[in-house]
Amino acid sequence: MSTPEAKPYPGTQAVEHDKARADEWPLFEVFIRGQHGLSHRHVGSLHAPDAEMAIKNARDVYTRRNEGVSIWVVQASDIAASSPEEKGSLYEPSNDKVYRHPTFFDIPDEVGAM
Amino acid sequence: MSDTLFEFLCRMGDNTLVLGHRVSEWCSHAPVLEEDIALANTALDLIGQTTLWLDLAGEVEGAGRDADKLAFHRDVWDFRNLLLVEQPNGDFGQTMMRQFLFDAWHLSQLTSLMDSSNAQVAAIAEKSSKEVTYHLERATDTVIGLGDGTEESHARMQAALNRLWPYVGEMFISDDVDTAMIETGIAPDPASLRPAYDALVADVFRAATLEKPQDDFAHKGGKSGKRHSEHLGHMLTQMQWLQRAYPDATW
Repeated sequence: MSTPEAKPYPGTQAVEHDKARADEWPLFEVFIRGQHGLSHRHVGSLHAPDAEMAIKNARDVYTRRNEGVSIWVVQASDIAASSPEEKGSLYEPSNDKVYRHPTFFDIPDEVGAM
Repeated sequence: MSDTLFEFLCRMGDNTLVLGHRVSEWCSHAPVLEEDIALANTALDLIGQTTLWLDLAGEVEGAGRDADKLAFHRDVWDFRNLLLVEQPNGDFGQTMMRQFLFDAWHLSQLTSLMDSSNAQVAAIAEKSSKEVTYHLERATDTVIGLGDGTEESHARMQAALNRLWPYVGEMFISDDVDTAMIETGIAPDPASLRPAYDALVADVFRAATLEKPQDDFAHKGGKSGKRHSEHLGHMLTQMQWLQRAYPDATW
């Protein structure tokens, strides 16, 4: 097939493959609100030179099958995340606090679905 | 009348067909994954528009040809696309410059066609204009980003502009077909689109720190079909290969 690199026409410049530089463009996380969804959901990530191009790239990569009506992007390095090592102190204490679940009440029939 | 309308519809459809095929040549070769998908989307948009234009052309002609027949069973001399869109991809910068120069014309052409006296033409223009609005936005950002980028990207964009500018003038030249379209209110006078085009590209080139070539010499012969560049024939041998080897093969 006629590829841009393999067979340049005379007088045009062929593109040579540089070594891939993973950190050339920053990584963005992409959040999409679907047709009927109420909230934006994380769908994946991509690289882009800036936030505006990240939205365009997200439009091309993640909404080509009519998935969304709204896009958020945020640079991955701007996301503050909890550390997996702390999961003991962060989450385990709630394991045995079953009384925090509202399952100990008899709900009168008149209340209906909750 | 239907002869000139057929001719006009082939021009619209052949532009999107040839450019769509050119852009699809990047599939799996673009510099980054995101651009690869974006280019493939653009190519698919253009091929979709081709189907609408050429199906309508076949209907107007009334000789039983549909979009596939017109796309795959004509040879170079029957194609009516602008010389600009058949130019080779070159590097990524040249591809995006070609895209920008075409999109800027394409969008204003489609915007005018939305007021066409022919309801089918107006409907195709309206559907296509949404896709092309995005193509132009993306191409504009890329031309500015690369033009006003590194020394190397700037040099490549300037080289691309110098190479492609002589193909811009053809978009605004008219002939008998255009006259017939203007008289029947189907399409605008090509020359009437030029001032807005010049203003738009001047703004973008300023932002991109690129210099528009002084010489406005224009190659022509693509949309009239009189003289295509040597590149179109090579492209068709790829694009039409299957129908040439196995005439009338279907899925």
